[in-house]
Amino acid sequence: MLGIKGKDLTLLCVVAVLALCAPFILNPFPQSSAMAQFNAGYPDLMQRFVIFGIFAVGFNILFGLTGYLSFGHAAFLGVGSYSAVWMFKLLSMNVIPAIILSVIVAGLFALVIGFVSLRRSGIYFSILTLAFAQMSFNLAYSVLTPITNGETGLQLSLDDPRIFGTSVSDTGGIPVTSLFGMEMRETSTLSLGDWSFQFSNGYYLCAVLLLVSFYISIRIFRSPFGLMLRAVKSNQTRLNYTGLNTRPYTLAAFVISGMYAGLAGGLLASMDPLAGAERMQWTASGEVVLMTILGGAGTLIGPVLGAGFIKYFENIFSKINDNVLHQWFGGLPEGLENAVVWFTEHFVGSGWNLTLGLLFMLVVTFLPGGLVEGGTRIGRLIRGKSKRAEKKAAQSKPAE
Amino acid sequence: MEAILLQVLNGLDKGSAYALIALGLTLIFGTLGVVNFAHGALFMIGAFCAVTVQKVLTLSKITLDPVKTDFLGNPLQIKTPYVEGWFGPEFGAALIDWSVPLAILFAIPIMLVIGVVMERGLIKHFYRRPHADQILVTFGLAIVLQELIKHYFGANQIATPAPDVFRGSFDFGAMMGMDPNVVIYPYWRLVYFAFAAVIIGAVFAFLQFTTFGMVVRAGMADRETVGLLGINIDKRFTIMFGLAAAVAGMAGVMYAPINSPNYHIGMDFLVLSFVVVVVGGMGSLPGAVLAGFLLGILESFASMNEIKSLIPGIDQIIIYLAAIIILLTRPRGLMGRKGVMED
Repeated sequence: MLGIKGKDLTLLCVVAVLALCAPFILNPFPQSSAMAQFNAGYPDLMQRFVIFGIFAVGFNILFGLTGYLSFGHAAFLGVGSYSAVWMFKLLSMNVIPAIILSVIVAGLFALVIGFVSLRRSGIYFSILTLAFAQMSFNLAYSVLTPITNGETGLQLSLDDPRIFGTSVSDTGGIPVTSLFGMEMRETSTLSLGDWSFQFSNGYYLCAVLLLVSFYISIRIFRSPFGLMLRAVKSNQTRLNYTGLNTRPYTLAAFVISGMYAGLAGGLLASMDPLAGAERMQWTASGEVVLMTILGGAGTLIGPVLGAGFIKYFENIFSKINDNVLHQWFGGLPEGLENAVVWFTEHFVGSGWNLTLGLLFMLVVTFLPGGLVEGGTRIGRLIRGKSKRAEKKAAQSKPAE
Repeated sequence: MEAILLQVLNGLDKGSAYALIALGLTLIFGTLGVVNFAHGALFMIGAFCAVTVQKVLTLSKITLDPVKTDFLGNPLQIKTPYVEGWFGPEFGAALIDWSVPLAILFAIPIMLVIGVVMERGLIKHFYRRPHADQILVTFGLAIVLQELIKHYFGANQIATPAPDVFRGSFDFGAMMGMDPNVVIYPYWRLVYFAFAAVIIGAVFAFLQFTTFGMVVRAGMADRETVGLLGINIDKRFTIMFGLAAAVAGMAGVMYAPINSPNYHIGMDFLVLSFVVVVVGGMGSLPGAVLAGFLLGILESFASMNEIKSLIPGIDQIIIYLAAIIILLTRPRGLMGRKGVMED
């Protein structure tokens, strides 16, 4: 089906089910229970899962396949956001032209940056992409203020032209983003007993686009083109000696992943029509690297998992504060309670970044394959199959 | 002429900071072959050493004034720093005044220890891993260090003034026979430049004229052979890592009065310092220093009003632009050696 088969098809189906049923899956705790704060089934957060999933899937096409570590991918996300908001300002509030433009603009941007940066490899490539991203960030903050609105960020206003739409909505406010009249922020709620599930149009648009992106990424992974990219990762010199020019391939990968980032940026703007320069900062680029690594670079599902994992815990950890901690550890003797709370405090609330950094270090050190590798290891443990047995099985296959 | 001189001077202090950080980065890269993204964090820790020393010295005993009251009607609180109580008011005040230079004495051992612990505890395990892994793990470490500092010192900038003697400016123009009040340069920046020059000179002298330095240089050229000669090169490289950390830390301490430190000062400098290292040539110590000063001065030239009106925004991007041009025309950087980071 769809030109993919076997495991890949299963994987796509799993992602599809997960994405479409996310409002149920992420809302396992009843509203009134104390665990309700661990629910993640509200549209705003789910959209972020999916959008950053797209971003990471795109990044993985570059980093996972070719091994080129770009430290400037957030620039494409930012450019995508800006172009989408401009489309909302000038054309109409329909998200389709906005998303298309953001993908195209980000692609062009990636073409220029990639053309220059890909002349070098290794750390030089990382530094070059970083330099370009920082340049875009600095320019967005200073000289390009007419286009980017500097520090305030680009926002919609009542006197925007919007040629194919209305400048002012019927109620006198700024019109909201929509897909042919279907408002993005419209949410319907389904109450089942103590549970309430929210379905938002915006989320489902993002989810569908995630599925499309994921499908494309599977096709790229399994194509001869993907194989070529892997060859670049394993030994570029050898490829060059066989008379192959690798640059068109790496450039194509760079542009594709830039377009993914642009799509993510366009979606971010479609859900919430504003764009700020801080989306292009290099810490944002670091974040997507993190998601990919954490999930498992070079695997299909890894980046999606990583993005979901990081965004989920970012949300949950940021919500926990002193009082919650004291509630949790209330059963301990007082001195111990205070000590435990003091210690835990570092990692929650605004300390989320600390947790993130630590997690990052631990994953890179002990689990370079990310969550996917962790999952395989656990699976192997459960099945009781040791590494050696697997090796034996692999060896016993007849050599051609 | 005056304008050019002024910009060169302005570029010197930033260039000194870039050069010092880039020097440390290159030392680490040249000896251990590790790309250290946490180096900016070391610079920041240095700056916060200055903050800590200043805070400790100004810890005060609060006594209540028997007569005067404040505007709420409570007895007026008089703060006397403990050091003034212990060493007498004059010497105590002098101590507080000189807290930033004093912080160097405090920072050197701390930074050495941090460097050695970092190398033995974490970096050691990454020698055989790809550069991407090294970048990632040190990036994670940088986040952790930065967040710890943020947790304990807050997110705001903390002012750490230079000693009174160095406050105020020095009229360079008058000395050079130009009109007075045209080329004015703060004393502390001059001190910073001199300090940087001394440190850079000391590092080079250490590598050039001591036996230890000779062994390290030999190790940089061919680690394996030096190891085969029965020299414990790993131990020396660890010490070099500590030294690089100390250099970054001292650069941070002295920079605190120029730019009040906050928790992300390290990251701000790190990105630029990496650009500096790459421009200078990966693994080349003179290249790092040269590129540091060059880019610092270039940056201050680009922020001249005449140039800004010609090409708007150039001051924001000049360093990156220069890096891109140099990397594309001279792939190994200004003074890069063949065979370093070619894979």
